[in-house]
Amino acid sequence: MSSAASRRPAELQADAARLAARVAAARSGQWRPLPRISSRALRWSLNAAVLVYLVLVYYSVDINWARVAQGLDRALNFIGSFFTPDFVSRGGEIVVGLRESLTMSVVATVLGIALAIPVGLGGARNIAPRPVYFLCRGIIALSRTFQELIIAILFVAMFGFGPLAGVFTLAFATIGFMAKLLAEDIEDAQREPMEAIRATGASWWQWIVWSVQPQVMPRLIGLSLYRLDINFRESAVIGIVGAGGIGATLNTSINRYDYDTSAAVLLLIIGIVLLSEYFSGYVRRWTA
Amino acid sequence: MLTINALTKRYDTGDLALDYVTLSVPAGQVLALIGPSGAGKSTLIRCVNRLVEPTSGSIVLDGADITRVRGKALREARRQIGMIFQSYALVERLSVMENVLSGRLGSVGFWRSWFRRFPEADVRQAITLLERVGLETMLDKRGDALSGGQKQRVGIARALMQNPKLLLVDEPTASLDPKTSRQIMRLICELCAEQHLATIINIHDVALAQQFVHRVVGLRAGAVCYDGPPEGLTPEILTTIYGEEDWNATRREAEEGADADAGKVENALLGGHP
Repeated sequence: MSSAASRRPAELQADAARLAARVAAARSGQWRPLPRISSRALRWSLNAAVLVYLVLVYYSVDINWARVAQGLDRALNFIGSFFTPDFVSRGGEIVVGLRESLTMSVVATVLGIALAIPVGLGGARNIAPRPVYFLCRGIIALSRTFQELIIAILFVAMFGFGPLAGVFTLAFATIGFMAKLLAEDIEDAQREPMEAIRATGASWWQWIVWSVQPQVMPRLIGLSLYRLDINFRESAVIGIVGAGGIGATLNTSINRYDYDTSAAVLLLIIGIVLLSEYFSGYVRRWTA
Repeated sequence: MLTINALTKRYDTGDLALDYVTLSVPAGQVLALIGPSGAGKSTLIRCVNRLVEPTSGSIVLDGADITRVRGKALREARRQIGMIFQSYALVERLSVMENVLSGRLGSVGFWRSWFRRFPEADVRQAITLLERVGLETMLDKRGDALSGGQKQRVGIARALMQNPKLLLVDEPTASLDPKTSRQIMRLICELCAEQHLATIINIHDVALAQQFVHRVVGLRAGAVCYDGPPEGLTPEILTTIYGEEDWNATRREAEEGADADAGKVENALLGGHP
């Protein structure tokens, strides 16, 4: 919207007339909210575009029902295994895989958060100088661009098979996630206390620790626990490309059509995620 | 119109916020509730519309006991009680007109309100109220585009959209400059007279209250310790409400006092006792 000063008198007059008409209409009981997009042409073409998109989507999705029916059997087989999970036959491998996954997620979360905090501070527009801001936002964008699986493939190629590649993968993904959310939380922090602490003559680090940190700490803790949870789940996925953890066990069992063991692994993952959900709720109540 | 009988509120923490308050407000009367911070003023008006649950006692609005009502009956009771807030409490991302019309939500169904299809009578009433508070040309402005005084006017219009029988006003002027404060108080009192509403105003500014209201109630530690006309607020009575202070201090004395205070601060900084 352009400012009043830059508008021609004719436009201002038209605005005033439109306003008067709306007030008059309301007096006679007629009122509709102003549309969010003021140009009628743009509004209708956007609506039409959405409609055309949906129609195209409908015609472009090609479903082979015969193949679905075939796969349904296998899926039912798999779901059926959840009622007969087998924790025992591959018990040793499951325990090793789980322990490896848990270790990987904890190490990667701690490492990732330690690196994400400086990046997050630098990525907050209200506290970082412009060049630092752009650098840190670049790091965040880079880390968030690639899906964990792709990074895992790269790191497996660099460090060889095993949990080390997994740890680096998860830590790298954690940096992007945590730094972005931390930076946004800092940008949303209240300005007044930050001004007040700066007015006391505090140094930059004192300023951060006394005015920013208290405001973002509860969210930082909550997000860290959430990320731990994500890293654990991701560790099951990246295991499939050889980055260690429970994913390797899961992948092997699926390849052998040993669905009872797969079901056991999945149930354990669900159980651990539920536990962490409960734990994070407890910690968040306690830190608020 | 409103009868409060032996109302007591004890918070879960054990703090006694209201101690056996008995009060009756007839229609058309504007009552100012004064008292120091923490005396229970906010708790009292929030008990009336049940934002806070009273521990014991009763609240009777227009002959109906609303102390223990729940669900639909509670919503109906709240619809009859308008509330105006200290920090305006507008939904700032909605337009002025939407904020005012939100006062009708107790009477308009969900889908009608979702599609903003308010009855013509409601729209007419909304624009009439906006004209009354002088903001009809702002109807399409967003709430956050207004000044403090304008926001409070919208807050007043929203409360009156409910066609309330009773108006609860919580520190309406605490965030406003002295001139705007007077305009807002005058507006509230005029509208109450026009619509014959019973009104309770929580207010810190005793002089402002005396200028506009019919009756003053002083609360101290949750109990009523003064109930009478504004002229009856003598320095002795103010002392019983607020505690010791020089109520007639002239400007000159105040300045001298400030000097003395500065001395005390200096003393305190040096670690001495004043």
